[in-house]
Order: sequence, then C-alpha cells, then structure tokens
Amino acid sequence: MRLRDLAHARTGDKGDTSQICVFARGPAQFSQLERALTTERVAAHLAALRPRRIERFVLPNFQAVNFVLHGVLSGGVTRSLALDAHGKTLGAQLLDMEIADA
Amino acid sequence: MKTIRIGAGAGFAGDRIEPAVELVEQGELDFLCFECLAERTIALAQLARQRDPAAGYDPRLERRMRAVLGPAMARGVRIVSNMGAANPLAAMEAALAVAREQGLTGIRMAAVLGDDVLASIAGEDLPLLDRAGSLSDLKPISANAYLGAFPIAQALAEGAQVIFTGRVCDPALFLGPMIHAFGWAEDDWTRLAGGTAIGHLLECAGQLTGGYFADPGYNDVPGLARLGFPLAEVNEDGTAMLTKVAGTGGRLSLANAREQAMYEILDPARYLQADVVADFTTLNLAEAGPDRIAVSGATGHPRPESLKVSVGYRDGFIGEGQISYAGPGALARGQLALDIVAERVAMQRLAVDDIRYDLIGVNAVNATGRAPEPAEVRARVAARCADRATAAEIGAEVEALYLNGPSGGGGVTTTLREVVAVASVLVPRGAVAPSIVHGVS
Repeated sequence: MRLRDLAHARTGDKGDTSQICVFARGPAQFSQLERALTTERVAAHLAALRPRRIERFVLPNFQAVNFVLHGVLSGGVTRSLALDAHGKTLGAQLLDMEIADA
Repeated sequence: MKTIRIGAGAGFAGDRIEPAVELVEQGELDFLCFECLAERTIALAQLARQRDPAAGYDPRLERRMRAVLGPAMARGVRIVSNMGAANPLAAMEAALAVAREQGLTGIRMAAVLGDDVLASIAGEDLPLLDRAGSLSDLKPISANAYLGAFPIAQALAEGAQVIFTGRVCDPALFLGPMIHAFGWAEDDWTRLAGGTAIGHLLECAGQLTGGYFADPGYNDVPGLARLGFPLAEVNEDGTAMLTKVAGTGGRLSLANAREQAMYEILDPARYLQADVVADFTTLNLAEAGPDRIAVSGATGHPRPESLKVSVGYRDGFIGEGQISYAGPGALARGQLALDIVAERVAMQRLAVDDIRYDLIGVNAVNATGRAPEPAEVRARVAARCADRATAAEIGAEVEALYLNGPSGGGGVTTTLREVVAVASVLVPRGAVAPSIVHGVS
C-alpha cells in the first residue's frame, strides 16, 4: 500500500531546511509508520533532494514522525531558483512511498 | 477561571479580508491579531521606505482597517498586527487616518519600535545561521530582530486599542494579549509556552480550519471558498479551546490541528522564541466537539539569551523563461529546448551565478525521480546573475526558441526580478531595546 493510505503530511520551511511532518491516520497506522519511515527510506524516496543531513523526531502525542531535511531548498526561498522554492510539495510526494502491508 | 477570546484575522499579507470581519461581528472576540509579515517582506518594505519615508508598512493595511476598524471598535475588540513591517509608526499614522476618515475619534493606537537593528549591527563580523559566511560579506538593506510579546502586552496595558509592530515572533502577536490579560510573569515558562503553542496554532489563520489540508477522498474539507478563520478561548493557565464561527466554511479537525501544531517546527522539544523555549512533545490536542479542539500540556524552558535577526540584502537578479510542448514526443522536445538554451548560455559565456533547467510536469517540483511520460511539458530555465542585463538574456534565449527551437513550442513567458534575499544572525538580547509610541485619532 501507499503511505497516503496510512498518513497525511504537512511541509514547512526555515531557510535552507525543509520540514515534513507525517501523521498517522490512527493508532494502528502509527506503529506501522514508525517502523517504515526511516531516514534512509525518506532520503531514497526524495532522491533528487540530496540532503546534507536528515533529523527524525517521533511524536507519540501527535502520532507523527517529523523529518528535518537540511540543505535541500537551494539556499532558501528568497534566493532559490526552484519553481517550488518553499518545497511545499514535498510532503505530498512522500505520501507516494510504497509501504509493506503490516 | 478568566477566559479571553482571540481571533486570527490573517495568516499572510495577501490573505482574504472578510473572514476577519466575520470574526469581529460573530466571534465575541476580545482581541483580533493579523499576521502579515513574511521573512523577506520586511526587506522589501525597507526599500519602499527608502523611496518614501511615509511608506514601508503593509500595502493592504488601509484596506484591512477600513473593513474591521469600525466593527471592532464598536464591540471593544482590540487589534494587534505586524502590518507595521519596516515602518510601524507610519502604519499607526495610516490607521489613525482611516479611523478619522470613518469618524472614529478618540481611538488609541500604538507602534512597537526597536526591532530595526540595522544601524547597530551593519558591518559586524557575525556568523550567518544555517550556512557559511558572515554578516560582513553581505550588503544589508534591513536587519530586524524578532521581538517577543512583552512590548505588545505593555502597549495594551498603556491603553492601546490598535497596535502595529514590525518584526516580532509570529506567536507573540497572540501571546501579547494573553500576557496582558492574565499578568503572566516573564519567567512563567509553562504559561508562556502554552500561550506560544496557541499563538503558533492560530498564526496561519485558515491553515488551522481546513485551509492547506484538503485532499479529495482522503481529507475532505467543506466550504473552502467561505473558509472561516479560527479563534481561541484562552484560559488563565495557558490552555485553550480552538474553534471558529458557526456556519463558516472549513473544518477544525484534530488531524488538521496536529498538522498545524507541527508546521515549520524543526526540533519539537525546542521551539525557539524570544520569550521562551517551548516544548511541543508534551502538547496535547483533543477533539472536544464539532470544530472544537482543546489545547493543553505545553511545557517551557528559559528563553534564549540571544535574539534572531533577519537580515535582508541584495543578491543579484533572477531571469527566467518558460515554453510549453504537447503531443507525441513532448518530453523529448522539451528536453531538446533545455539543451539548446544550455549550449547558448555556455557559447555566449553568460555570467550566471546559478542556473537551473526544469521540465514542469516532469522534474520541476518532483523530487522522486519517477516521471511517466506526460501529455504536455513546460521547459523552464531560471538563472541568478549579478547583473540585470545578463539575467534578462535568460528569458530572451527561451523566447528565441519560438523560431529557433524544437517544433510546436508555445506560450512563452519571461520574468526578471531583483533578488532580495534573507539571512539570519544572532545578537545578544541586551542589544535590542523595544519602545512604544502612542497616538489617538
């Protein structure tokens, strides 16, 4: 199945850093999300980004996993040449990830 | 327990006007806050102020004030906004003029000053945050410290009904009224963190009530054309109930509130603000009825000793051109178009600092590397150049593809803009001295 069936996501930006928080649709999906969403898989799925560093924060209170991708926004929204300078479309792209059935 | 009601009137400078009017008229508010100042906006506003000393505040300020000032003042709703941008004093004067024009006399307004630290830090050898380099490498046109909520609370305590700030932490626009109403202490980290969490949830307005959330079949949101903006019923202990005006569009769901709680948060245990370091890992959001979300549990740590300063500087020009291809072979023709421009750029030795070639529909925003053949593509070339004339050549090269490029190209657009970029540095808290100026209509 696809991540989109288990989760929803919102993407934000701070300077040259993109932040993608992925939220489970329910408690059962949260444990699946926590297992499947490793930094390696996120980096591989968004391969074109080539982050300098990825941080991963698990939030049981929101049933969410937050990814902080450093160095992926071409210097940040104010000087980036990218069409989506904020990287706002990245979360939705992550939701296309294939997840093994639990 | 004492409760105050705070509404979110705008989440960005271009936001819709009428949801704020709806909140004033039907939200039984005590305060209405407008967040209208993106990171770069203040640098652009500073340029406007250099051209005209009476400018440099939000260009939509008068329009917003004409819509809400009358009904807000009639109901005792006090207004806080960062629409002051690079010139809070001129913003206050403009709003006073709107008040007088509407026959509203005796309205007390205030401007919070002191965020502009350009004169005191220009040329200093401060390291840039988030990337290599020093402030002394840049030619800054603006430098604004992120002020906290206490100057806003002070302006309210001194009787202001309408307050304009320049750069303040976005949640501080909402935290200021809470500090004023409840008398929270400067070291009450738990309540300041609670108020910060509430402010953070509200600061993007419609993004809490269903905006930026809809995904048909997965996250359905009704009535986005009539999206209602949120309000918080805030308690003295720093907890709150989030809701919106009954009958407005959108939906305040738990899933949406969780998304907004984490929006632009890096380390959730350390959300750095001027007044507190808030910890959102203990924050609890709970559904308490239709369009009602209870907020509690935020914890806080002592505020940082440094304040973040956003520095705007000129960073050359970006020139861009786009052209579309459709039908069989669209992808190959789009790629050929990009290859031709790349060869032309090299051949003419155009002095570009950075250049980017995209196929919109294939790889412009798509970072996954997967791209099935589309029915149409749009070739895009964008370059940042030190020099305006060179940047203009990028669009010209794309336009020349009409007669010199692959078959069937159409719909060329070209743009050219000066880049005002933003970098950040830290300054000691003591180097920033907020002050307040009052005025009456």
